[in-house]
Amino acid sequence: MYTFSSKLKVFSFVLIIVGLLGIGYSFISAPKTTADVEKILEAEAHAHHGAHDAHAHDTHGHDTHSAEAHAEHEEHLNHVLHQLQNKPWAALYVAAIFFMLISLGVLAFYAIQNVAQAGWSPVLFRVMQGITAYLPWGSALFFILLILSAFHFNHLFVWMDPDLVNPESPKFDKLINGKKGYLDEWFWLIRAAVFIIGWNLYRYFSRKNCLAQDEASDNAFYKKNFNISAGFLVFFIVTESIMSWDWIMSVDPHWFSTLFGWYVFASFFVSGITVIAMVTLYLKSRGYLEHVNTSHIHDLAKFMFGISVFWTYLWFSQFMLIWYSNIPEEVTYYVTRIEQYNLPFFGMVAMNFIFPFLILINTDFKRITWILVMAGIVILLGHYVDFFNMIMPATVGDKWFIGIGELSSLLFFLGLFILIVFTALTKAPLLPKRNPFIEESKHFHY
Amino acid sequence: MSTKVIQALYNDDDILMDAVKETRKAHHHIEEVYTPFPVHGLDKAMGLAPTRIAIASFLYGCVGLSIATWMMNFIMIQDWPQDIGGKPSFSYIENMPAFVPIMFELTVFFAAHLMVITFYMRSKLWPFKQAENPDVRTTDDHFLMEVAVHDNEEELSDFLKKTGAVEIKVVEKH
Repeated sequence: MYTFSSKLKVFSFVLIIVGLLGIGYSFISAPKTTADVEKILEAEAHAHHGAHDAHAHDTHGHDTHSAEAHAEHEEHLNHVLHQLQNKPWAALYVAAIFFMLISLGVLAFYAIQNVAQAGWSPVLFRVMQGITAYLPWGSALFFILLILSAFHFNHLFVWMDPDLVNPESPKFDKLINGKKGYLDEWFWLIRAAVFIIGWNLYRYFSRKNCLAQDEASDNAFYKKNFNISAGFLVFFIVTESIMSWDWIMSVDPHWFSTLFGWYVFASFFVSGITVIAMVTLYLKSRGYLEHVNTSHIHDLAKFMFGISVFWTYLWFSQFMLIWYSNIPEEVTYYVTRIEQYNLPFFGMVAMNFIFPFLILINTDFKRITWILVMAGIVILLGHYVDFFNMIMPATVGDKWFIGIGELSSLLFFLGLFILIVFTALTKAPLLPKRNPFIEESKHFHY
Repeated sequence: MSTKVIQALYNDDDILMDAVKETRKAHHHIEEVYTPFPVHGLDKAMGLAPTRIAIASFLYGCVGLSIATWMMNFIMIQDWPQDIGGKPSFSYIENMPAFVPIMFELTVFFAAHLMVITFYMRSKLWPFKQAENPDVRTTDDHFLMEVAVHDNEEELSDFLKKTGAVEIKVVEKH
């Protein structure tokens, strides 16, 4: 049995508290009115261009078109206000979806291992179940965020603005109006609830059956788990695709991409595998995983390597097809990212592809703990940036920054993740007893 | 000068593995082992050095990537930078996404083919090569271990018999 080290527990509490304080601060310090925004913009203009530009701006305000210019200016202020008010929400949203999807990625990996009757991984099943213990909590928190969005506590999803689908309104948007049969708050929330409940049901019953199999005298629970895992994988791939449209693509409701679901999947799947490897290495270093040897670690590292390359393949395929044909309604997605998010956009390719590719291509390196931990940290940060790049351009635009709000959201969810995962690991023995493949797995050697 | 070798034949890979380990323990030099299929762990038991062909392949891949990059930079950007369908040909990086499929394929092409050729050269394999098989049964269901003889023929063949060999032959090698 694993005992949660008190040091790690305290560490996770510190992360949660620091994160909460930072999140609170970022909400309080977000501007409330356009007057606040004006001050911020003026301060920025001073910092960037000096007094001269500000003076030129003033004289411009006095010309003959002053009324029109004033209205335009007001509109601009309103736009920036929405972006700045979105910032703490978007920071929370990115961190919440990132950690929830990590545990979902682990759940998918676990289901695949069950269905594939993998001979190497059963010694890691309890680790995977521990990580997926975050899913009920993470998805509940995330669902609350979705409800808050649907009830207009924030402007993360622009299509939720009722004026956009009202033909009488000056803000009427024909494109969004055409999608209103799908993009409807209630339909959207019900879909989300169905997905989250479905995933959690699988997670609950597969864990229950796995524990029951320990005490059983035949393989009935194992077979049950095999069947529900196969069913879950079908459910998962459908819901994963729709989830990616609903929760990520719909922040850009004018834009669409067909391989988006796969792209999102690859991103959180590799993150999930990386987290399995990191938790395994941690538990192993504490002496808890007697039967895990370097060959198991090597296999996880191969998955990290392979799925990193797979992610890059999808990233590039999506980017290159749109870049090549350059159709205006599609390409704006990348234009904003390359112009306003240049470093994160291309930096993540270095972090998610070039670095793991060059490090993890070596067989010997795939067995060395510190190299794997280093590669794992880079991969996880890289995929956080990936989700950042998916959400931020549509919600905060060029006002993005990885500051207190973003970092403290990340810390809060990291603390919560550590607390829940390692608490769950103490609840059951780390080695499944009567899994039909457990002996093979104990002696796995590559 | 001719040298003598003892060829010990086995009919089971498990027995062969044990025999190889015992022979190494007794400090007899194993010249070669012939098997009809790959025996997992045999290279380790024989103490063979690990292959470096993966390293060679990685380097060949780097060559392929360089050639692809150089070729397309010269042709599309330096030599005749035409406007083809509005693609920017001012610098390599501006038009790079269009070149990536070729860069990828040439990397794989070089890595794969040059590695295979390296393998053929290092293992001395070519179409009209004389087969070096000492006993035709080793391609079907027998395993053969060849051990060098240094004035200890009697003792060595007794030793090999004890390791489970089904047949022992002493052969003059030229």
